[in-house]
Amino acid sequence: MTEGFAELRLDGVSRSFGGHEALADLTLTIRRGEFIALLGPSGCGKSTALNCLAGLLPLTRGGIWLDDRRLDTLPPERRGFGMVFQNYALFPHMSVRGNVAFGLQMRHLSRAEVRRRTDEAIRLVRLEEHAAKLPGQLSGGQQQRVAIARAVVLEPSLVLMDEPLSNLDAKLRLEMRTEIRRLHQSLGLTTVYVTHDQEEALSLADRLVLLRDGRTQQVGTPEELHGRPANWHVADFMGYRNLLRLRAATVTGAEAGVEGDGLRLTGTPVGVIQPGDPVVAAVRPEDVRIAEGAGVPATVEVVEYHGREVAVEARTAEGVRLYLRDAAATRPAPGDKVQFTVDPARLLVFPAST
Amino acid sequence: MRHSTALRHRLAERGIDRQLLLLVPAAAFVVLLFVYPFLYGVGLSFQPERGGPFSAYREFFADAYQRDTILTTLRLALPAALLNVVASVPIAYRMRGRFRGKRLLTTLLVVPVTLGTVLTAQGLLNFLGPTGWFNRILPGDPVRLTNNYWGVFFSLVITGFPFAFLLVLSYLSGIDPTLERAAATLGAGSWQRFRRITLPLLAPGLATTFCLTFVLAFSVFPSAVLVGDPAGSTRVISIAAYEEAYVRYDYPMAATIAVIMGAVELLVIAAVLGWRSLLYTGSTAGGKG
Repeated sequence: MTEGFAELRLDGVSRSFGGHEALADLTLTIRRGEFIALLGPSGCGKSTALNCLAGLLPLTRGGIWLDDRRLDTLPPERRGFGMVFQNYALFPHMSVRGNVAFGLQMRHLSRAEVRRRTDEAIRLVRLEEHAAKLPGQLSGGQQQRVAIARAVVLEPSLVLMDEPLSNLDAKLRLEMRTEIRRLHQSLGLTTVYVTHDQEEALSLADRLVLLRDGRTQQVGTPEELHGRPANWHVADFMGYRNLLRLRAATVTGAEAGVEGDGLRLTGTPVGVIQPGDPVVAAVRPEDVRIAEGAGVPATVEVVEYHGREVAVEARTAEGVRLYLRDAAATRPAPGDKVQFTVDPARLLVFPAST
Repeated sequence: MRHSTALRHRLAERGIDRQLLLLVPAAAFVVLLFVYPFLYGVGLSFQPERGGPFSAYREFFADAYQRDTILTTLRLALPAALLNVVASVPIAYRMRGRFRGKRLLTTLLVVPVTLGTVLTAQGLLNFLGPTGWFNRILPGDPVRLTNNYWGVFFSLVITGFPFAFLLVLSYLSGIDPTLERAAATLGAGSWQRFRRITLPLLAPGLATTFCLTFVLAFSVFPSAVLVGDPAGSTRVISIAAYEEAYVRYDYPMAATIAVIMGAVELLVIAAVLGWRSLLYTGSTAGGKG
């Protein structure tokens, strides 16, 4: 199953439940060894996509191809994919070793081969001392590692991960994230990873697929999604917390003047914008600067301490709410009058219609 | 004063506090209606009309006509209980998911338990009897399926199956369905998924189900009389006890037979639970969920 394949193609993969289209026309070519993150808010269709890939949900339309072999008509047990489930789905009556060996036994490998590869996978996730334990005797992080070892021991052509870190506490989540990255680097297994956490997706994936209401919004590298969101929904999800509903005043090539609600700002247009169009101007809190003397006046309302920085919520005289970051050393306080500016290259202006 | 507060606290931690008093009525009820009559019966069995305290037991086991009722009853109850459990598994397995019409199908499967043995027996006599529909459709000589072993056996299956089915279905619903999906992604076909994942997790529940249906079948009385051959091949142990109590008015002997009945049931249950204790009996969930 693992013999070199070049690419996995999703061709217009769609899935409806009743009349509702949970996933519409997902088209994507995954190269061998790539780490793909399917990202989006809950209900966006990312888990549906994963289950369609695994064969746990039949497709309504479209096809899945491994080079020129059609996979979407095969049952899950014949696709040769490994899957890590959100709740791990470890077999509670089998030891760690039994869980990891299960897939190898299903392939009727020799006893010695099963033992060798099981040991190797258990060593890979550093669970040697726990190999004889039942899943119920392990911590959440250890269970997670068993689930990963069980999926990768078969050296599957594709590893599917369904929000594998969502049940872990914050510290463990960071550790396991690094662990997954390390495993991917050492084994080079093609991976599709589902998450609603943009930070997780950015830090792990080679390419991201952002879904919303079952439709693909943008496919690109972490840098592309982070710096150049395709529309304001993507920007919203990628941490552009300030979404200002304004109107385009002037558009001159690489710059667009936007105004409304007493604001007058200059930004970078994304997409086709004509003067007078309603737009959404998006900027990250960290790209809003507090300036001395010049800029838009606002009043500080809420200050959250984040260590080196503080997150500030401010409001302009017209009632526009703004989120920004400031150095903790400046000690802004609720009630303070500040003035802020935005770098035109960092203010993205999207058509409001999409 | 401090000392008594600490004591009360320590007791409360072990679940001993004033709320425990709420259990008194229920406990009194159990003592009055179960424990006392039970102990009275056991006591009675050691006070036979003639001979020493064990002579009723000796008499029972010395008389082949009496002794054989144990085997006769086991021959009915063990296969019937086993069939009920074994037949419940595939049906409940098919029905574990959600689908249209599930409630209707479940109701149909469970209805027999509400009918009562007598109605079932009447149905069996009309349907399977020598002049019943079954034999009229069947060519050749009529097959004898009532007033013998098979009549009682069918009756035990009809009334015991719904019970076993409901229990097995609830045990199956407790098994995390993602476990089978995980097994599928690891290359296990449907039979392997059942045999390696579902069955081992279900087995303790099957043992419990077997015990309960066995106990029901072991105390069979009405159908053994109505559709069986109560003087011969289906002279079950409860009939022997009935005869002692209401035909011969030998209460100590009847009590003895009741005690022996209980002992045989306990032996079978102990054997099944002994096997069960060898199985995995922990959580049937796949993780922290």
